[in-house]
Amino acid sequence: MNRLRRFFRSPEAIAGALILALLMMMALAAPLLFPGDPQAIAGPALLPPFQDWPLPLGTDRLGRDVLAELFHGARTSLAVGLAAAAAALLIGAVVGTSAGFAGGLVDEVLMRITDAFQTVPSFLLALAFVSIVGPSLGVVVAAIALGAWTGPARVARAEVLSIRERDYVAGARVIGMHPLEIAFREVLPNALPPVLALSSVIVAAAILTEAALSFLGLGDPNRVTWGGMIAEGRTVLRTAPFLSIVPGVALVLTVLGVYLAGEGVVESTAVRRSLS
Amino acid sequence: MSVLAVSNLAKRYRRGGEPFAAVDDVSFEIEQAETLALAGPSGSGKSTIARLVLRLIGPDAGRIDFEGHDFLALSGAALRARRARLQMVFQDPLAAFNPRATVARVLDDPLRMHNIASRTERPRHIAALLQRVGLDAGLAARAIHEISGGQRQRVAIARAIATRPSLIVLDEAVSALDVSVRGQILELLLDLQRQERIAYLFISHDLGVIRAIAHRVVILDAGRVAESGDARTVIANPQSAIGKALVAATPRLIRNRP
Amino acid sequence: MTALLSIRDLSVRYRRDGVEVQALKGIGLGVLAGERLAIIGESGSGKSTLALAVAGLLARGARIDGTIDWQASQFQTPRSVTPPSVLPDISPARGEIGSSVGGPPSATWEIGESGDDGLISPLAGEMSGRTEGGAKDRQRLPPTNNTPVSGRDIGFVFQDPSSSLDPVMPVGKQIAEVARTHLDLNWQAANAKSKTLLDRVRLPEATLHAYPHQLSGGQKQRVAIAAAIAAGPRLLIADEATSALDTIVQAEIVSLIRRLVAEDGMTLLFISHDIALAATLADRIAVLRHGELIELGETRQIVEAPRHAYTRALLDAHLGLDAKPLLDRQGASA
Repeated sequence: MNRLRRFFRSPEAIAGALILALLMMMALAAPLLFPGDPQAIAGPALLPPFQDWPLPLGTDRLGRDVLAELFHGARTSLAVGLAAAAAALLIGAVVGTSAGFAGGLVDEVLMRITDAFQTVPSFLLALAFVSIVGPSLGVVVAAIALGAWTGPARVARAEVLSIRERDYVAGARVIGMHPLEIAFREVLPNALPPVLALSSVIVAAAILTEAALSFLGLGDPNRVTWGGMIAEGRTVLRTAPFLSIVPGVALVLTVLGVYLAGEGVVESTAVRRSLS
Repeated sequence: MSVLAVSNLAKRYRRGGEPFAAVDDVSFEIEQAETLALAGPSGSGKSTIARLVLRLIGPDAGRIDFEGHDFLALSGAALRARRARLQMVFQDPLAAFNPRATVARVLDDPLRMHNIASRTERPRHIAALLQRVGLDAGLAARAIHEISGGQRQRVAIARAIATRPSLIVLDEAVSALDVSVRGQILELLLDLQRQERIAYLFISHDLGVIRAIAHRVVILDAGRVAESGDARTVIANPQSAIGKALVAATPRLIRNRP
Repeated sequence: MTALLSIRDLSVRYRRDGVEVQALKGIGLGVLAGERLAIIGESGSGKSTLALAVAGLLARGARIDGTIDWQASQFQTPRSVTPPSVLPDISPARGEIGSSVGGPPSATWEIGESGDDGLISPLAGEMSGRTEGGAKDRQRLPPTNNTPVSGRDIGFVFQDPSSSLDPVMPVGKQIAEVARTHLDLNWQAANAKSKTLLDRVRLPEATLHAYPHQLSGGQKQRVAIAAAIAAGPRLLIADEATSALDTIVQAEIVSLIRRLVAEDGMTLLFISHDIALAATLADRIAVLRHGELIELGETRQIVEAPRHAYTRALLDAHLGLDAKPLLDRQGASA
């Protein structure tokens, strides 16, 4: 309750939360407001925005409704961003906890693998992965997670290293608890807060990576994505710049919203931690 | 037969690149229902010995026999099973529990781990344990951080006796408590010892407390045994330099008793 | 004797986890110049809150009522202190937070809204003696007058020396910094002062260049004491300064404090949970319980003829080397 109040004390956090709420509503409302296929032709091609009431944001090169695409694109961005971040955090937390708790050779091997992943630029990794396996929503999520789990893994390991020296971990060993249970039931939950603090950055990066992959034509071809819309608009950038600008602005606002809201959460929990 | 027999135990660490002996050739035995105190200044190796005995760390040399078996030879599931008989109570009862835990969960763990009670019976067991250490059974639902320091230490003792151990290591277990609470906890420990015949390895830097509760004392200095013997005899007439220094440093309250 | 400090009707409340805690309730207490006064009590008795209030170091958000008169100024007419309960209340602004415009004439150090400053933040000012300006002088008196400056007029030694020392600064420099800040010395003079101070707390000169992690707990506490007395304070407050140490080191630190206080003619406020330890050091003992002062008297009287049942209970709970072992009381034996 207190934490919530502290969260809403910061104007940035409120702005972020509002943007995210709007995005969430867009994503949820998309199939209700635009029940048809957003990729179906809805009117004349390249209709500029604010000309025709049923098509307020106009149409693209093939005559598709830009507003419908924007709404359905929000679904993809949000789904991919959240799924990829969740996967990255999960992999990172498990790898980091295992390395930190087991120590020795296990730690050494896991951390060198982490290093290897971290030295390859995550976008190249995603690009290569999607090119080989072929574009689909699941593959895109996996590709993005592949490049994003190293940060959470490092943070989780550092946290686990300090927690495993605490008395209560020794206490768990003394009562005969299995090491796996100690690691994942006693240690990991207490190591999570700083790992979760990374989530806003990861979600924002994942949305951007998805857009970039789509822009390069490596997104799921059966779904509307903002990156794909920007790529579509690129060919007619001089004559119909709005086709790139509208999804571009949506993308910027979304990333900003995720980031601001995430910072707000971190701030409010940080205050809480320093008080206790 | 002694419950615990430690012989020639040694543990070395590196400090600033140089090796130093935290525990150096230490031997002692504890009988059933006996309290053996380890006394000494900080850095004398008291806590290291506790951690060695509990197998939280491994020794560089020496032998630990617990209940007649080579305790150092155990590993994996066999070691975890044997741990039921050898428990510990820490100095800071807040640090000794998972910060997210409730009293019920803290007491549920040992019962579950060692199959002492089935899932349905456990709440009844937990209530009985709480009552055994003088707490209200209604405390089970509370979070560890919500209860007082004295209550927490009682919960720690309840957890330690849940698996019916023959030996409990008490590492400065009453040092952080208020004096009035300390007296009650010491009484509880004595009461448990009398009824369950539990042996205690009682670690403290406070000779006053040791004299009140321990049968025998081992005084340590720089990892070695400086002297040992009957607690009251040693404290009344220490022979080693460190023993004399400890006695001299203990604050005295000179009162005209009625 | 002259009163160095008189505390009148001091109450402190603060919020913790949304619950308001009354840490001190109407404490009245006079601290005589040059005396060694022990404040004892169990956890939650408010003894540390009292120490922090006197030093002006209470955390932000604490609500303070009452007055603490600091009479260290030479311009102040010496006033003898009658028992605290009958101290005349001379402060018109008593109990009114922040309303001291045109308040008491000179001697009263009006505390209130300690939130403005004097916060012990995790990063700044944790080091004893380095925290400045516990309470603001709301009447804008020249700082040389009656407002004590924590660090200059009051030295504070905390329980945990590791957290009160800067881990990345040589200890000699930390002590020199206090001297430099409060005594207006240049670095050279401050470093010389630092060397003298280390010698006074019986640490070898080489310690000047040591970092806190290279020192033992007792050595760190000696450094903290050196920093606390660096500016030559009139009042030294030791808040559980020996509780984290073992018995032998505790005895050494206590005798160090006794010697320094005697040499410099300082007044000592010794906060402890250990009545036996307090009795070895203090001239007078004040017993606190649940934020209230329940007994104050000469050490001898407190130990030999306590008036309050709680004081007696504390004395009885002490496990000395002459007490009857609990083992015998219960008739238990192996």
